[in-house]
Amino acid sequence: MRAAELAAVMAAVTVLLRFLPFLAFRARTPPYISYLGKVLPPAMIGMLVVYCLKDVRPAHAPYGLPELAAAVCVAGLQIWKRNSLLSILAGTAVYMLLIRCLGFAV
Amino acid sequence: MPASKRAETVLSRPGGGTAYGWGTMDLKTVKKAFLSSVPVMAGYLVLGIGFGILLRGAGYGVLWAFAMSAFIYAGSMQYVGIGLIAGGASVLTTALTTLMVNARHLFYSISMVDRYQHTGKYKPYLIFALTDETYSILCDEKGGGDAATYWFLVSLFDHFYWVAGSVAGSLLGSVLPFSTAGIEFSMTALFVASFTEQWLAKRDHIPALTGLLCSLACLLIFGAERFLIPAMLAITLVLSLLRGRGEAAS
Repeated sequence: MRAAELAAVMAAVTVLLRFLPFLAFRARTPPYISYLGKVLPPAMIGMLVVYCLKDVRPAHAPYGLPELAAAVCVAGLQIWKRNSLLSILAGTAVYMLLIRCLGFAV
Repeated sequence: MPASKRAETVLSRPGGGTAYGWGTMDLKTVKKAFLSSVPVMAGYLVLGIGFGILLRGAGYGVLWAFAMSAFIYAGSMQYVGIGLIAGGASVLTTALTTLMVNARHLFYSISMVDRYQHTGKYKPYLIFALTDETYSILCDEKGGGDAATYWFLVSLFDHFYWVAGSVAGSLLGSVLPFSTAGIEFSMTALFVASFTEQWLAKRDHIPALTGLLCSLACLLIFGAERFLIPAMLAITLVLSLLRGRGEAAS
């Protein structure tokens, strides 16, 4: 069955990508990889923040304001309370309220 | 001292076996892992439901939703995958598309090679279940103590939310009684909180800034649909060039 074949290919390639570094650096982690392991996490998360906001269009209403306001709320709460759960729930609530108040909820 | 008492219980456990045996899975670790996974819960349930609905729309029912979410377990790729399956793409196209969309997982795994080194029997599952969201939660955790069990439980809870959401979406269809518009922002919020936490926890902000600026630059140059791979290459290149600086500083 074609669809099952394609789904299996997706699963196999994804597993391969996830396991490859662990198989390649099995015996001893080269210093360069250890270095990347140290500096990549903050960089990758910065990239994911940009990825999440990639479809925001600053030139069109609402000019990315709900996203900006909610993100500032998350970062501010995180700096203040250092509680990720609180920051995320509050920020999401702010966003859901804003898109309704501004009339952009789909 | 509840903490030391717990440690005693674990140590004195007869036939306790490996350091990461099931015996060490105490309630406190389960609770901690569950609380860490709550932010992902909302996002995964909503995104999973969306996936289930779309997949049913393409003609593939609940077993497909379950199997794809359980065994592929890569959110954005599964959304892309619906199009590939429904459109009858070739095996080669599917393999290449998966390679492009999921290339970032190589980088997550590279970051975890050292951290996951002594995770014993949890290791294969930890590697399999390393999604964007799980990665960003686990990046904040230093390790030590009962870290492997904690990592395993967070991974397992997240995986469960994703599969449950997909199955629910496939079964419920579009009959949800309330509007959840905007709840998908929980994913963005998760990454913003994680970014802020890493910023506060580390003195060296160059890696975080490199990630942010390279991604922004690549977004402007290559556009929203194509910037991820150039961004990852640029980040790796810049951080590699800065390596001497980083080691001199630490």
